[in-house]
Amino acid sequence: MSEGLTVDCRGMRCPMPVIMLAKRIGEVPVGQVVTVLADDPAAAVDIPAWCRMTGHEYAADLPAYSVRRTA
Amino acid sequence: MHLDAASAEQLHPRARETLLAALDSGWADPAALHASGRRARLLLDNAREVVATLLGARPDEVSFAGSGTLATHLGVLGAAQARARVGSTVVHSAVEHSAVLHAAEWLAARGGTSVSVGVDRDARVDVEAFEAAVADDGVALASLQAANHEVATVQPVDAVADACRARGVPLLMDASHAAGRIDLPTGWSLLTAGARSWGGPAGVGVLAVRKGVRWRDPMPADDRGFSDVPGALAAAAALQAVHEERDEVGPRQRALVARIRDRVAATVPDVEVVGDPDRRLPHLVTFSCLYVPGEALVAALDRLGFAVASGSACTASTLEPSHVLAAMGVTTHGNLRVSLTRDTRAEDVERFLDVLPGVVKDLRAEVGM
Repeated sequence: MSEGLTVDCRGMRCPMPVIMLAKRIGEVPVGQVVTVLADDPAAAVDIPAWCRMTGHEYAADLPAYSVRRTA
Repeated sequence: MHLDAASAEQLHPRARETLLAALDSGWADPAALHASGRRARLLLDNAREVVATLLGARPDEVSFAGSGTLATHLGVLGAAQARARVGSTVVHSAVEHSAVLHAAEWLAARGGTSVSVGVDRDARVDVEAFEAAVADDGVALASLQAANHEVATVQPVDAVADACRARGVPLLMDASHAAGRIDLPTGWSLLTAGARSWGGPAGVGVLAVRKGVRWRDPMPADDRGFSDVPGALAAAAALQAVHEERDEVGPRQRALVARIRDRVAATVPDVEVVGDPDRRLPHLVTFSCLYVPGEALVAALDRLGFAVASGSACTASTLEPSHVLAAMGVTTHGNLRVSLTRDTRAEDVERFLDVLPGVVKDLRAEVGM
């Protein structure tokens, strides 16, 4: 079983980090964590908001955004 | 199709008529003592009286400035300066217009403190936190907008005004976008507004300072004062017209905005319509579409003939996302603000609603979503 997934979106502008997260979260089983590396300031708002809208759990803040797949 | 009235709209026809007439009758220097100067003075006083009445102020409390932003800067800096002995803290909501935030930052860079009070998901300020912040020692000024310029939510100004009054802290209310359109709260100490937000000229702002509230002009002395008499008259005419029309225009705009809120949520997947659903300005509505850059959305709609605004970072010169959306905790990308003019028709809105889902779908397809 995978230990989770890290998606490197450094250098990408929003909405790319959210798009990458949405595309790749299906690769981990429910309960596992996806960590997004992003340096665009909008990611700090957009990733927690994306979690709320899509029913995933926002797990941790900077320097990486961690999302537990719950849906 | 202009759906960006909150940024700017064509001068109200009554303002245009007044402006043209005043260019002939009110061109003189209102500070001059001769007959044409006295006529200009009289016209300026008329404009002041109309504006004062409609904003809930006395004529001698109202002055004009060169823009809404300038009026707000003067209001914040002048009120803070007059209370420098009490303190140097400015308390404001996190979703104030950038004119308030920039003035507060300007003071903070000069030894003051800026305290930002958070808002809920609908952009409504946390009243208890605001009350607690103004109860602290050393607060020179508090600032809360009548309604939010990006998401239309009406703020609980009278609720925080009581707390401000109890602490002797002056409250500045930015009335832009709300003035003329909804009943304004009355508990403010200073009121600022830009005439462009009600269909008046861009170069006219209003600053009202209640009798007994201390305010000191933060600028070097100006012997002449505001002298764009035709502009002031046009601003007053537009405000009066918007106020007179609001029983007809307001409900019509509210129905169109409700239609947009419903249809966007129903026809665009992965979208969030934001702002308070009920306590709101009549004419503007905001939503965010996941996985779409706001800039591309604005450009695609522009190609189809629809002018709309966006609070997404890629549309701002700073590349920072809208501080309003960020404070609310809603997605900042794929954001659109649709704001109606007084003559936006139902069929215009339907055309917009017809094309929007396809535009979003195509842009998502480009990134494989």
